[in-house]
Amino acid sequence: MEFTRRGALAVGAGVAATLMLPVRGAMAAADDMIAEFTGGASVGDSGITLTTPEIAENGNTVPIEVDAPGAVSILVLASGNPTPDVATFNFGPLAGAQRASTRIRLAGTQDVVAVAKMADGSFVQARNTVKVTIGGCGG
Amino acid sequence: MISRRDFLQTAVAASAIYGASGVGNWARLAAQQALTQDQLLEFDTFGNVTLIHVTDIHGQLKPIWFREPEINLGVGAVTGKPPHVTGEDFLKMFDIKPGTPEAYALTYVDFVSLAKGYGKVGGLDRVATVINAIRGDRPDALLLDGGDTWHGSYTCLKTQAQDMVNVMNALKPDAMTSHWEFTLGIDRVNEIVDDLPFPFLGANIFDAEWDEPAYEPYQMFERGGAQIAVIGQAFPYMPIANPGWMFPGLSFGVREERMNEVVQEVRDAGADLVVVLSHNGFDVDRKLAAQVPGIDVILTGHTHDALPEPVLVGDTMLIASGSNGKFVTRLDLDVRDGRMMGFRHKLIPIFSDVIEPDADMSALIEAERAPYKAEMEEVLGTTDSLLYRRGNFNGTWDDLICNALIDEREADIALSPGFRWGPSLLPGAPITREDVFNATSMSYPNAYRSEMTGETLKIILEDVADNLFNPDPYYQQGGDMVRVGGMGYDIDVSKAQGSRITNMTLLKTGEAIDPAKTYVVSGWASVNEGTEGPPIWDVVESYIKRQGTVHVDPNKSVKVTGA
Repeated sequence: MEFTRRGALAVGAGVAATLMLPVRGAMAAADDMIAEFTGGASVGDSGITLTTPEIAENGNTVPIEVDAPGAVSILVLASGNPTPDVATFNFGPLAGAQRASTRIRLAGTQDVVAVAKMADGSFVQARNTVKVTIGGCGG
Repeated sequence: MISRRDFLQTAVAASAIYGASGVGNWARLAAQQALTQDQLLEFDTFGNVTLIHVTDIHGQLKPIWFREPEINLGVGAVTGKPPHVTGEDFLKMFDIKPGTPEAYALTYVDFVSLAKGYGKVGGLDRVATVINAIRGDRPDALLLDGGDTWHGSYTCLKTQAQDMVNVMNALKPDAMTSHWEFTLGIDRVNEIVDDLPFPFLGANIFDAEWDEPAYEPYQMFERGGAQIAVIGQAFPYMPIANPGWMFPGLSFGVREERMNEVVQEVRDAGADLVVVLSHNGFDVDRKLAAQVPGIDVILTGHTHDALPEPVLVGDTMLIASGSNGKFVTRLDLDVRDGRMMGFRHKLIPIFSDVIEPDADMSALIEAERAPYKAEMEEVLGTTDSLLYRRGNFNGTWDDLICNALIDEREADIALSPGFRWGPSLLPGAPITREDVFNATSMSYPNAYRSEMTGETLKIILEDVADNLFNPDPYYQQGGDMVRVGGMGYDIDVSKAQGSRITNMTLLKTGEAIDPAKTYVVSGWASVNEGTEGPPIWDVVESYIKRQGTVHVDPNKSVKVTGA
């Protein structure tokens, strides 16, 4: 129950009013990046699978995987991070699968977003909430 | 043609009529003042497969008192659904008369006076008698242990769980899964598992570095001409709720996709019946059952719920078998042609004065306890209040612990974790060292003393409250709310994280907690490595000895709304 750095990160979840502004700023930044990636096109929600833990075991290294068969490019964003941009994976025509996994750092509870550009120019998106918690006190 | 789902529901209704769920039965027997072992065990053997479920024993070898929760709130879709039903509502829902043995076993209503009438519950020598009797009916019944077995008592701590391993091995389980087991440290766990005569299952335990399964995910059994797959699911939030540094390199999680794959794998391998032996917690299992097709039975654990009837989610049956050795579930199944065609269920309460102890098991338990008997039995003081822990908010055991922390460690505020284990003590009872360890025994017991700002305290309360009251069960960790001494607060469980906790007040001055001000806080069971301070049992023992007779006033400092 002692307060730790991991706990401090959880502040980003919106506990303290003073810290709400940067989080909102990051969300707006993420929206801007999605708009830039899609060029404002409408975004569907099927054909893309984003796998994340519900609760991060360690907010400093959170395993994620995104799978979007037929994608040419996948943008991954941590919408609540000061810098939301995580990665953009590009797949050439010889790629056997349009799937990527990595580990990312999360500054508190937030949505991780993946947007895939498909070969036909359409876009699909998946969004998962990953909780970063102080921990302890489990049953 | 009757669908499988209809059949199950019919069978539940029928079981109430014929008393096969046990409920109607106990009431009648109590009315006759003739509760006997034979009647507790009475069961018309059914179908071709029997499962026996025990879970969350928490090291309790001997009979104990255990008061069920008064407050056990569900949020979102599960509001008012079992197991989030307590007291009078529970009695009404399951048609149980007040004052009966089952009312005593399953609710907190009139607990103290019923406890005096009906006596202690549990004791693994009584559990052995029940298991042997079931095996008498069905010799190849599967005994499945849901975990939280190698933790929770003086002897378990001193022997690094060898006492529990020896006693459970004598019961001959067919498989187990885990949670607190890992707080023994990874080396000790693997040392035990290497010699375990049955599989230690956890489909959701992975090597964090290579992202590969770290333990066996499932075991196939052939019983009554049917192939039965038992899939293990360990506690998903192990490195978050307990100290991850004690088992570095392991990753857990609900891993719904993984469960989907393993269910498919065992079906492909010919399983006629798929059983998940789970330590997820009831609400997580309820969601998992709805999300993952193909599971017939989930034997739930972790949240310590005891339900006299199965809960059905689609075609999946959820069983809740209580904790601390207080109950054994017997589930007979008719498994044919790759399907579960029907069932008969009984939650058997282990009334320790009614069920004859198994002599061999009694001898084994006494042998395990003998080296520690004198130190365990030392009386430290007396309680003139009922001491219990279970419930979403402060229990009196935790109030006592918090009072000890504030007093012994000269703190403004005390924090005690919302564990669900720990037996009860009746008013007037002596408090022995064993009783203190039953409420505190663990491998990270240091009672820290540190300074926290009011803002930090608020963040902690909000964080823990969200682990309990997040409307999505997959975001819940299954502990109860952190218990607080020296500070009151209001909580609206229906709000979002950050907005649930208001009106935090320092009780000794009556002043509002100032976010910018620093307070001296003492607590225990920190998950951080290197936490300093005396073990919590020494703090509590010193306090009880100084008090002589401890008294705990009803805690009125937490106001709950939104339920």
